[in-house]
Amino acid sequence: MIFTLKIWRQKDAADKGGLVTYNVDDISPDSSFFEMLDQLNQHLIAQGVDPVSFDHDCREGICGTCSLYINGRPHGPLKGTTTCQLHMRSFRNGETIFVEPWRCGAFPVIKDLIVDRSAFDRIIQAGGYVSVNSGGIPDANTIPVPKSDSDASFDAAACIGCGACVASCPNASAMLFVSAKVSHLALLPQGRIEAARRVQNMVATMDSLGFGNCSNAYACEAECPKEISVTNIARMNREFLAAKLFAEKEKQISVSL
Amino acid sequence: MALAGLFLVVFLLVHLGINLLLLADDGGQSFSAAAAFMGTNPVIRLFEVVLFGGFLLHMAFGVLVTIRNRVSRPVRYQHKSQSETSPLSKYMIHSGIIVFIFLVLHFIDFYFVKIGLVAPPAGIDRHDFYHRSLLLFSDKGYASIYMIGFLFLGFHLNHAVQAAFQTIGMNHNKYIGTIKVVSILYAIIVAGGFMVIPVRFMLFR
Amino acid sequence: MINLKAGAPTVPLAEQWSSYKAGCKLVNPNNKRKLDIIVVGTGLAGASAAATLGQLGYNVKAFCYQDTPRRAHSIAAQGGINAAKNYQNDGDNVFRLFYDTVKGGDYRARESNVYRLASISPEIIDLCVAQGVPFAREYGGLLANRSFGGTQVSRTFYARGQTGQQLLIGAYSALSRQIAEGAVKLYNRRDILDVVLVDGKARGVIARNLVTGEIERHAAHAVVLATGGYGNVFYLSTNAMGSNVTPAWSAYKKGALFANPCFTQIHPTCIPVHGEFQSKLTLMSESLRNDGRIWVPLDKEDVEKLRQKKIQPEDIPESKRDYYLERRYPAFGNLVPRDVASRAAKERCDAGYGVSSTGLAVYLDFSDAINRLGREAIAARYGNLFQMYEQIVADNPYKTPMMIYPAVHYTMGGLWVDYELMTTVPGLYAIGECNFSDHGANRLGASALMQGLADGYFVLPYTISGYLSGEIHTPPISTSLPEFEAAVKSVSERLAGLKNSSGKESVDHFHRKLGKIMWEYCGMSRNEAGLQKALSLIEELKAEFAADVRIPGGLKEYNPELEKAWRVQDFIELGELMVRDALQRKESCGGHFREEYQTPDGEALRNDDEFAFVGAWEYKGVGSAPALTKEELQFEAVIPSQRSYK
Repeated sequence: MIFTLKIWRQKDAADKGGLVTYNVDDISPDSSFFEMLDQLNQHLIAQGVDPVSFDHDCREGICGTCSLYINGRPHGPLKGTTTCQLHMRSFRNGETIFVEPWRCGAFPVIKDLIVDRSAFDRIIQAGGYVSVNSGGIPDANTIPVPKSDSDASFDAAACIGCGACVASCPNASAMLFVSAKVSHLALLPQGRIEAARRVQNMVATMDSLGFGNCSNAYACEAECPKEISVTNIARMNREFLAAKLFAEKEKQISVSL
Repeated sequence: MALAGLFLVVFLLVHLGINLLLLADDGGQSFSAAAAFMGTNPVIRLFEVVLFGGFLLHMAFGVLVTIRNRVSRPVRYQHKSQSETSPLSKYMIHSGIIVFIFLVLHFIDFYFVKIGLVAPPAGIDRHDFYHRSLLLFSDKGYASIYMIGFLFLGFHLNHAVQAAFQTIGMNHNKYIGTIKVVSILYAIIVAGGFMVIPVRFMLFR
Repeated sequence: MINLKAGAPTVPLAEQWSSYKAGCKLVNPNNKRKLDIIVVGTGLAGASAAATLGQLGYNVKAFCYQDTPRRAHSIAAQGGINAAKNYQNDGDNVFRLFYDTVKGGDYRARESNVYRLASISPEIIDLCVAQGVPFAREYGGLLANRSFGGTQVSRTFYARGQTGQQLLIGAYSALSRQIAEGAVKLYNRRDILDVVLVDGKARGVIARNLVTGEIERHAAHAVVLATGGYGNVFYLSTNAMGSNVTPAWSAYKKGALFANPCFTQIHPTCIPVHGEFQSKLTLMSESLRNDGRIWVPLDKEDVEKLRQKKIQPEDIPESKRDYYLERRYPAFGNLVPRDVASRAAKERCDAGYGVSSTGLAVYLDFSDAINRLGREAIAARYGNLFQMYEQIVADNPYKTPMMIYPAVHYTMGGLWVDYELMTTVPGLYAIGECNFSDHGANRLGASALMQGLADGYFVLPYTISGYLSGEIHTPPISTSLPEFEAAVKSVSERLAGLKNSSGKESVDHFHRKLGKIMWEYCGMSRNEAGLQKALSLIEELKAEFAADVRIPGGLKEYNPELEKAWRVQDFIELGELMVRDALQRKESCGGHFREEYQTPDGEALRNDDEFAFVGAWEYKGVGSAPALTKEELQFEAVIPSQRSYK
């Protein structure tokens, strides 16, 4: 197969960047999108041109490293698929393919198609955990969890943190990502203990990092490679409202030893 | 924004209910009575203030959020987004602005007349909304402008109602289908209901 | 020669760990905050260790090459995690898990470490559940289990087909909590290019910031390597693209011994290679073999027609199919262990019966199961795997048999560690897949996740305190010590050398070549002549790489080709060590099959009299052959016997 590629090239964060056109041929329809880019890079290296940088790692759809905005859609044209699991047979022979990095102020471009998603780490650090230490934990079966809750929790926990939700959102909002984590833990008895605190801190951090707001366009749900549902956003809103209205205020208690 | 919006949603239903009295074949008696009640009852007057507050809040939030959302993506994509989205959700600010322009026009036609900021047309009392309406909608062009306003209000509401439920946390696979249907029905009823009046006045005078 | 002593307490096996814990030295909280620890890698082992050490009060620096700790390749583990909980009341206990692991490892693992692993396993599940890991549950709300990898009990806990992901998210969130509290400082997008020793003790690392290209010095009182396995030496493997041996390899060059490098696990059910530009192999859960039947055509004519796509596999009548596993192993059939199934597939393909266009694939056929149980039942069991297969291969496995082929999946070998998980370099620890200790010559399914978390959450935090209790008077280590200067100099020189190479071939070219050598001569089955040939081929490859590699871009910028070049250089050297180890081990055991040592009917022939040892290699400098040191394995609780699956 042959393709015309219009790829965003940007030397570093300070560079302005722009689209550059490349042609590739002799691409197997069974190649993955990255294998096609690998092939392009082999040509570029042979010509002494700096190869195209892109984020990728596991290449089996689970690590969430890959992040390409292909022809106007994060992770390309297939539903429920990461870029690494996208194969060239999903494109027409001779097609022109636009490849761009995720676009969001909170995800600055590092080089070419690579963006810095550490904002997501900061949101998790704000409360995306259950505060337990390793040690002194009661037997696992002392915390029964209804199967339906556990399954729903898993559905939310399946998030791979790739950022496609932010990339697709007309407002570059991170609500689907944040709500997936809030839901994952809010649905489990273990996570309920600090649910009010968690949702307030995570939302505050999300807002402070410069993501947009949710206007319920639901592009995130349509593009999420793990098909995380926007009902999680509603759950987060619910949790947030309830926490703001009803949660006990935290007191600073000083203990002298 | 969602809460203010939901408040406005309730107001629109009341407004529509009263307007539909225009259709009653009593020479505007019941409509005028209702209008007079709305214009004089102290509780309603108080709510009018709240209502203005609601409008202002809704619009202010709408504009602020839109600006913030734009800023959050300083570099835009080169390729147009092909992502599936909820219908019309991306155009809320646009439909909102059109509705706002319509609202200004509507105020000039009625509210400002009532409070004396704008002089009423010759021969019509500034409190007589019934004849004022009849006169306005006799102009087909003017009636069309109103109809366009209603149409965009419908577009706005179609997304707004279900989105507001989502925003206050009411989205559950058990009843989300119902909410979506109610939202669409509401939009059709409100937009359609308001439209019936100019249509009626244009066609069957 | 170094005298290798595991150093487990000399009490009965079952009492060793409690005896160790009772006697080990602790560090008081005031002193902990004066002690710095570097943890390299943020997979299950690294993230759990960094989180726990941070929680205990040490100053921790965590490093990963990925953009965030949550992407480490532990995330890709599908099947599950073993634990001796006996929730199913089916006769499981610590001893049985220990026994299965030692036997599964073909009696080449250290009993004391394995017993500790088995005894800790229940605690791991408790902790993960408390963290919010959404394990599969029964309707009653309690945890579900499944059986895995031919054991007789159901002791595997799982979260659909994404157990590794969910466990890693648990460890990542615990780590994030410590980062938020300031106990752990995270350094992402960093490659660790050297380990720094001061007065013979591990005191720091040299990192390259992958974004800016800057060379950084980081000092600490102890260094923990949790850098995973080295399967990418084969170029094509189920590992992530970035998985590498570099930090472990630099430790080896600084004096840490590397044990059993030839023990690699080949997983039988992977999606076959489709062509030259393939970058990665995808594994499909072993559970497929519960219902799928493996076959190739009996006639070569049919093979030819299949390869040319003149006929479809379903056109071949039953009488012309060779269900070779059922034929050779009537008792276990399609459920023989991983190594046996893999070798049998290779044997058929080498004999010319491989079915894909590359000739490197066998069929895994579900038509019988679908006829017997119905399509719905099969979809319920394997729906997501079938979907994944169809996405990659564009074939519908409900209609046409799947094609599978073995692929490198896990490496049992790694840095030699003692009972305390310390390498032969004082203050340098290796945990998780990075060390050699628990899986012997073959790892059982669902045991890798268990080991990573056991090491990180529950073993290292105890054992490292014993070492650090002796360091409480050591002030913070200065990064301007001459040892750091020297390390920075050597790293910079090697980088500059790579940058200045003026060849014309890309790094991938050499990596692919290395992979082919390793797969051909040091893969599923090995022999003396082949291994000797591999040694000379690798020697040639080394020279070619030096003369002919081309690396575009600069040193002080984001430069993936430069990263790869460094990693591939290390892989080439490691490949050589693997071949030497395979040559040395004149027996067949687990993942290591020497063609000269097999029973008359083609099964692995172990030699316990001469080879019941851990082969640990010591670096002797450029141009000198490494030296082999043996840690003799003593079996007290489990008596080695011949594995038989007939």
